[in-house]
Amino acid sequence: MDNKDDILVKIRGMSFGYAGRQIFDNVDLDIRRGQITAIMGPSGTGKTTLLRLIGGQLKPTAGTIEVDGLNVPTLSHRELYKLRKRMGMLFQSGALLSDLNVYENVAFPLREHTDLPEPMLRDLVLMKLNAVGLRGARGLMPSELSGGMARRVALARAIALDPTMIMYDEPFTGQDPISMGVLVKLIDDLNKALGISSIIVSHDVAETASIADYVYLVSGGKVVEHGTPDTLGHSGSEWTRQFLDGLPDGPVPFHYPASDYREDLLSGGES
Amino acid sequence: MYSKVTELWVGIFVAAAVAALFMLAMQVSNLSLAGSDEGYTVTARFDDVAGLNVRAPVRLAGVRIGRITSIEVDSTRFQAVVKMHIQSPYDNLPEDTTAAILTEGLLGAKYIGLDPGGSLENLGEGSEIIITQSSISLEKLIGQLFVNLTGGSD
Amino acid sequence: MTDFIRSLGRRFLNSIQRLGRGNLFLMQILRGLPSMVLRPRLVVQQIYAVGVMSLTIIIVSAAFTGMVLGLQLFNTLQGFGAEQSIGSVTALTLVRELGPVLTAIFFAGLAGTSLTAEIGLMKATEQLSGMEMMAVDPVHRVVAPRFAAAWVSVPLLALIFSAVAILGGYFVSVGLLGLDTSVYWGQMQAYVDWGDDVVNGIIKSIVFGFVCAWIAVYEGFDATPTSEGVSRATIRTVVHSSLSVLALDFIMTSLMFGD
Repeated sequence: MDNKDDILVKIRGMSFGYAGRQIFDNVDLDIRRGQITAIMGPSGTGKTTLLRLIGGQLKPTAGTIEVDGLNVPTLSHRELYKLRKRMGMLFQSGALLSDLNVYENVAFPLREHTDLPEPMLRDLVLMKLNAVGLRGARGLMPSELSGGMARRVALARAIALDPTMIMYDEPFTGQDPISMGVLVKLIDDLNKALGISSIIVSHDVAETASIADYVYLVSGGKVVEHGTPDTLGHSGSEWTRQFLDGLPDGPVPFHYPASDYREDLLSGGES
Repeated sequence: MYSKVTELWVGIFVAAAVAALFMLAMQVSNLSLAGSDEGYTVTARFDDVAGLNVRAPVRLAGVRIGRITSIEVDSTRFQAVVKMHIQSPYDNLPEDTTAAILTEGLLGAKYIGLDPGGSLENLGEGSEIIITQSSISLEKLIGQLFVNLTGGSD
Repeated sequence: MTDFIRSLGRRFLNSIQRLGRGNLFLMQILRGLPSMVLRPRLVVQQIYAVGVMSLTIIIVSAAFTGMVLGLQLFNTLQGFGAEQSIGSVTALTLVRELGPVLTAIFFAGLAGTSLTAEIGLMKATEQLSGMEMMAVDPVHRVVAPRFAAAWVSVPLLALIFSAVAILGGYFVSVGLLGLDTSVYWGQMQAYVDWGDDVVNGIIKSIVFGFVCAWIAVYEGFDATPTSEGVSRATIRTVVHSSLSVLALDFIMTSLMFGD
């Protein structure tokens, strides 16, 4: 299982900065085929940015991002779009097209990229919708869906073209326990049943750790630690402990960097 | 959502625009008269064409039969040379037709009025109308009137 | 003082940069236009959304513009005993200036803003990003059909505007004020030239349509993806479109009609 082809996404020495802010600094990261890889870290550490970098929507300032042997930042427009047909992405908001109903949303990538006859297209769409349990909701408009349902429709749409990998951007954020459970099960099922490699970006530790095969902890633009959920659970690092157990203070201070509290109060607003 | 109704409305929209274009062409502009590329051009010299514009009508007995295509100055004779296009049905105007610059109403737009003569020869492409009468300048008329009146009282 | 000059410089550089981005964006759109021939449905759908939906307001405002013109001109021209020229003056003003200009400005305020808001909100709700990740180029799929539809709609609406306004003028001057029908139309035909006036007016509205469409979709696509950003973008659409239309109108008028 350790041969080179086993790695689907290979990131080496990747740095990325935006508007004078360094977001990633020399990051190395591997995503293995057929596995669920979780990328976890505090909010604002650019986890979503990482997905956009893999998807080629952003270009790194240094380093390589190889997906299936292709270096994403150097691909031409055409090659990039060809590669993207094999990637699915689940946005935090679902990103459903608001002027199309559920059925048409799932049919959208199929209509754009294939010339399937209508009956076959219909079967495919209903299969995908059935997989996420929303076959009955096909006539609803996106505005009529709850957040969890919207994400499931988006998931059905993401698997419409049978991609090799799916990237999940914060799939569990803001979900009630039931829809969270549904999503956890769906992601796990899709991975096991269809062999789709999955990347989950999240800070919901428990849910993510329950299905992930491998976890990267990212903070301050660097990979802090990586390993299977089990090994990380027994990590000696203070930072890892603080993050996984959700402690309010620790290596990550409670306070945003500021000048001395006493001086600040006494300065009387002359800053 | 895409439907037959959408198509129908877009069809109505385009049809309305075409109808508008047709109206602008036939009813509003001179395109209906411009089938009159057939016809001929004659010139006439005037001492004064003040107030006359290109595209002003050329009338015969009050009926529009053509239009002015250009107004230039003949720099040797210091006269205005007016070219006018006359439509083909009216190609039997006698050679000694006279042209006068007239006004619609007292202060209206200027136009050229043709007055046919009695010659047996007809005007054709490039012919010149010899006998012309310039614009009647209201200012000059009034000026002369004053001169006459004051002269008379002496 | 230096602050002022520096902010002036920054603004200047910003606007140059925006102009550059706008031009690159336009190139992208234009590259997407040929594929619209293969998918006319996308354009038809958008012509419905921007063109047909503007039809009512264009027709109503055209009718009133024509009637007001008729009324004002009749009263003014009557003072010179020249009320016969009402037909030609009405038609010339409409065909050369008011038709193309008013239509473009109405269009920018009505359909342009809705395009900007729509595209801006699609951006804010990650719909455009989502499309990109589905390997569908949003500039080709979302922007190009809207641009094409808006560009086509403006000249069509301008034609309808001029025709309806001329009928409105007819209604007032002939129907209400008792001018002779044949004088109204006859004067018009005598002074309105197909090539110089009507065709030039159409050329104007094609240019205005292009500019309004470009500004509307660019502002939407370039909007900061927040509700405030989108609302600012719609304001910019109206302001920039209207000013561009007026400035271009002046330039084109002096080129076309300045003998």
